[in-house]
Amino acid sequence: MRPVAVAGIGKTAFGAFPDRDLRSLAVEAGQKALENGHASASQVEAFYLGNFAGPSFTGQNHLAPYVATATGINGVPATRFEAACASSGSAFFHAASAVAAGLYDIVLVVGVEKMTSQTTPKVTEILAGAGDLCGEVRAGATFPALFAMIARRHMYQYGTTREQLASVAVKNHQNGAKNPLAHMRKVITMEQALAGKMIAEPLTVYDCSLISDGAAAALIMPLERVSEFTDQPVRVLGIAQTSDHVALDEKDDITTLTAVKTSAEKAYKMAGVQAADIQFAEVHDCFTIAEILAIEDLGFVPKGQGGPYSLAGGTCLHGERPVNASGGLKSKGHPVGATGVGQICDVVEQIRGQAGERQVKRNSLGLAQNLGGSGATSVITILGAV
Amino acid sequence: MNDTLNNPGSGTVYTETVVYSPPEAYVNDVPYQLAIIELAGGRRVTGRINGERAQIGDRVQFSEFRNNVPFFQKQS
Repeated sequence: MRPVAVAGIGKTAFGAFPDRDLRSLAVEAGQKALENGHASASQVEAFYLGNFAGPSFTGQNHLAPYVATATGINGVPATRFEAACASSGSAFFHAASAVAAGLYDIVLVVGVEKMTSQTTPKVTEILAGAGDLCGEVRAGATFPALFAMIARRHMYQYGTTREQLASVAVKNHQNGAKNPLAHMRKVITMEQALAGKMIAEPLTVYDCSLISDGAAAALIMPLERVSEFTDQPVRVLGIAQTSDHVALDEKDDITTLTAVKTSAEKAYKMAGVQAADIQFAEVHDCFTIAEILAIEDLGFVPKGQGGPYSLAGGTCLHGERPVNASGGLKSKGHPVGATGVGQICDVVEQIRGQAGERQVKRNSLGLAQNLGGSGATSVITILGAV
Repeated sequence: MNDTLNNPGSGTVYTETVVYSPPEAYVNDVPYQLAIIELAGGRRVTGRINGERAQIGDRVQFSEFRNNVPFFQKQS
């Protein structure tokens, strides 16, 4: 297998953009990544699109060639990957696998979602399609409700508190306020977070990520060719995707995201590193409890210690191990199909030393954790300086 | 259908929540209590709890199916 590198990245702002359609967001991100990697659209040999629910949100289907041709890429394989909120992490995993295997050299991966044209109950219903429609969803489960039930059980088993959950939101808003592309650039206090409108007990609106529009893109190629394109390459050291049951009631222990554990173990092994070596991470904080589970299941802290570690500041921008320096899904926004590649862009920016006020000090080895549904898909990508 | 599916019987609340922000289909139901119930033999089902609020560890009794959704009630 050939080593793979990221040569270029591109992101749109994340937010509510009534005047923008899905395709224009995806094209903007893709063209920025090509420009950033000093490549032209005609050099791209395959196009991978991550998108969860474009057909439900916008009615448009056959999205990959629809976006590729508008980006100036024609005549090559153009395929959409759907894995709920891990759609573009999965697209990146499959793109990197194809480059590693030698199928293509120059590949563009774009993730996109256009969500804000629908009402919140409609968005809630579309997102619930990533759960088990014949069981939990028919009973009335929403994604906030599924993660609320995970939070309740985590509180019961490990003594996790609402303050510990809220500390994740406060920290991510602090970071996101420094991110010019974030959806909600607003600092919040612990008191505000705890007093937020209840969505699904014990999660308030401040425990939930945002409904956003946005796109992100990455240009990848074999490491051996990357110097032809950029003097700021970032290497894909390890990458893995694993799966688990879709329905929460089919999982043995809902306080552990088993697919996160198994994909992290594979990615660590591929990269030849251990959890303790990872200096910073972008994790999938679709809900505050999800960040606590992530830092436990990635092996950053022992099971049950995610809450106390977060409240104590271990994951702050200048803490022991910065997590979600970008602001995370909570503050940066969560256009679900764009999130996985967006996280990879954020890790690449940190490794290049281009994160401005959000820059972490130890920046040579970072990780992106992208989760689909309540844990049925997990993609872990470990990136490092070349 | 086996007996468990026809009549889940009684079980224990494995986890629960009360939903305030519903999907479009259930806008008239809120707030409602949703729970994962562990049945005899260890099988789990997701259903609703009617009446008195139940906590993790509480015993609940199956009462009826509505649109194929099992409803339970806290045992006194």
